[in-house]
Formats: sequence, C-alpha cells, structure tokens
Amino acid sequence: MAGNREFYYRRLHSLLGVIPVGVFLVQHLVVNHFATRGPEAFNRAAAFMENLPFRYFLEIFVIFLPLLFHAVYGIYIAFTAKFNTRQYGYFRNWMFMLQRITGIITLIFVVWHVYETRVQAAFGVQVNYDMMANIVDNPFMLGFYIVGILSTVFHFANGLWSFCVSWGLTVSPRSQQVFTYITMIIFIALSIVGIRAILAFA
Amino acid sequence: MSENKTVRFIITRQDRPDSDPYEEEFVIPYRPNMNVISALMEIRRNPVNAKGEKTTPVAWEMNCLEEVCGACSMVINGKPRQACAALIDKLEQPIRLEPMRTFPVIRDLVIDRSRMFDALKRVKAWIPIDGTYDLGPGPRMPERKRQWAYELSKCMTCGVCLEACPNVNSKSNFIGPAPLSQVRLFNAHPTGAMHKAERLRAIMGDGGLANCGNSQNCVQSCPKGIPLTTSIAALNRETTIQMFRDFFGSDEV
Repeated sequence: MAGNREFYYRRLHSLLGVIPVGVFLVQHLVVNHFATRGPEAFNRAAAFMENLPFRYFLEIFVIFLPLLFHAVYGIYIAFTAKFNTRQYGYFRNWMFMLQRITGIITLIFVVWHVYETRVQAAFGVQVNYDMMANIVDNPFMLGFYIVGILSTVFHFANGLWSFCVSWGLTVSPRSQQVFTYITMIIFIALSIVGIRAILAFA
Repeated sequence: MSENKTVRFIITRQDRPDSDPYEEEFVIPYRPNMNVISALMEIRRNPVNAKGEKTTPVAWEMNCLEEVCGACSMVINGKPRQACAALIDKLEQPIRLEPMRTFPVIRDLVIDRSRMFDALKRVKAWIPIDGTYDLGPGPRMPERKRQWAYELSKCMTCGVCLEACPNVNSKSNFIGPAPLSQVRLFNAHPTGAMHKAERLRAIMGDGGLANCGNSQNCVQSCPKGIPLTTSIAALNRETTIQMFRDFFGSDEV
C-alpha cells in the first residue's frame, strides 16, 4: 500500500467536487440571481460577498485550492477513459461521457470566467453589474456563458449522483435510480437559477 | 430448401500477437440451430474464405459450450458475449466476429485473460481453510444468504465486463468489475469474512475500486446477470468504513 495514494486521491476528488466546490457553486448562482432584481440588488449582494471577513483565506481554501485539485485530477480522470457510447448506448454510459465532457467544458469556462472577473478585480477593476452587462453584451459571450453555466450545473448535479455511489451512500439499483431523478431535478432547478441570472445582465 | 442457404461471416483475424489485424470473409452452409462455435468448427473443417481461397483455420477458444466457463468470449456484431450462446438464427448477417481487444490478442479470436486471474490472486478471491490440522467446520451460512451469494459466484471470469468498461483500457490499470465483485462474494462468506479487511485493502490499492467511473456498462453486459454495480457500490461503502478504521483505529479486530 505504501506510495499508492490513488484511492485517497479519487475519494478526495469526489468529496471536493461537492464540498466545498459544489456548495460554492450553489451559493454563487444564488447570489447572481440578485441580478434579476436589478443592478442595485446585485451590486449590494456582490459587495456583501466581497467584504466577507477572511476573504482571502476563504477564497484560497474554499475555492481555489479545492477547485485546482478537482480540475487537475479531473483532467487525468477524463483522459484515462475510452468512450464507447456507440457500442454501449446505455443511459449511464452517456452520463459517464457527458460528465467528462462537461468537466472539460466547465474547466475552460471557469478559467476564462475567473480571468475575466477575479483576476481583473485583482488589477483594480470593479466587479459589478456593469462589468457583467458589458461582457454579455456580446452575443457570442452570452452564448459562451449559457453553455458554461449549463455544463457546470450538469457536471455538479450528475457529480452528486456519482458522489453518492462512490462513497457508498446509494448502493441498491433502486436508490441509484431515485437519485438519478433527484439529481436531474437539481440540474433543471439550478439551470433555471443560472440562466435567469445571466439573462438579467443581457 | 436449406441446402443452398448460407451464413456470412466477417472475422477479424490476426496471425501473431504483434502483427496487424485484418478482416476475412467466410460463407458457410447453413444448418438449423447453429451457433457461432459450430460455424467456426465448419470453417476449421474447410478453411476456404468467401473468395474461394484456401486459408488458415480461424483460431478461437472454447471449453464448456454451455456458457459457464467464459473461454469463448468474443465480440459478436459489436457486443462482447459467449460464442457458444450466440445462435446464428438470432444474429444479423453478415456476422462480425472480433477478439475482445481490451485483452492482448494471441491469435485471431484467442485472447489472453491472464490479467483477470492475476487480479483474482491480488484480491485473494478464495477462502483460506488449509491448515496443518483439521480446523473443523466453519461458521454456518444462512440459506437466504447462500442463495444470494450464489448469484455472485456465477462469475466465470469471461472478461465481458472488462471489455464493456470504458475505464479498462491501455491508459489505465483498472482491474475491472469482475474481481471487485468477487471480493464482495468472499467477504460475504462467514469464513471468508475473517480476511475481509485484507481484501478491502487490496482493492483500495493501485488500479482498484476507485477507478470505477460508474458507466454501469458492466451490469448491462454481464452474461450471468451479476449485480456488478451493486457490488461496486456496496464495496464503496465498505472501503469508506475501512478507510476511517485504518486511519483512526477501531475497537473492532
């Protein structure tokens, strides 16, 4: 067993995807949703998040480091799979492939999104309603954001399903099936939250 | 009437483990109730391809001819399954036969399943009862549990689940669903359970349980209908507990 950490890395990968990255995602989407109540409401909510105590500590340990590990190890997992949905067109096999594809799309989206917002903020740019409104003013960027949000939310919702299998929470076929329905409802619900928010900027 | 009826085969052949595969077509006379094995026997009897050229007989493996040994697994019309249980009448023609390329191909349809047997050794898929003296009868097993365990014991190491798994490939060292399910079988046995932690630690190692990506192709493909994904999820739960036990220590021996 010495020197082999694969099992623990995988479990860590699975855990970090839900806690804290998944929790952060839900929180982020909910805060964004303030945009549907107008620029003021969004700016107030964003300012509240920005002025949280221990901001850098929270950002580093709740967002960046877990996200970095999840992303890097996730790339490794995605590229060790050999997709075979053409031969085995079963539902779960499609979800297996989609989970890996949306993971890569999400990574590209998140890197771009972080560069455009958080990195710019570090250079002194104000992160507010107008910044996002400027970004999605470009229809291509609006499309990119919608694809990014949908893929992120899918990756999270379906990831919750595999989290429950990987940690042994849902063992029987019936429990896994019921949880498939639950996670798909989560996917639809969070998609509505995310899409409503991004359209509020457009 | 059936005299001039024929069966058409497109077989992926390979002369040596390191040579390139190629396709060869065969047309053989139809007989009622033929299966893929009897068709291959017909080709062996008269090794002439569809162009009428004499060729080498197609090599394949077989043993029990009743879908319990797992030796004749091959990819038939795109799906891995046992050639003995593949009836010609139920197959779309031309029938395409390919080796299960997840495994090293030795020749034509013959593959080397050693990795599966190595995996069974690694996970200790047996019950140690040998000693220098008679240990006496072990603990009894409830009948209900025996019947349940019998389903898991139907695994014939045929390799179909590894062939169907998107995570078993040349880029990964995943041992695959079959040996994992055997861990659940032997851990369920009252005597086997005495070595439960050892088996769990074995599948918590390199290429073990955590490599499963939950595509669940294995359970859809298993010719014996073994609940492989339930086994994997159950082992996920067991290893979660084992992981905490190993880390924090446990009052259980």
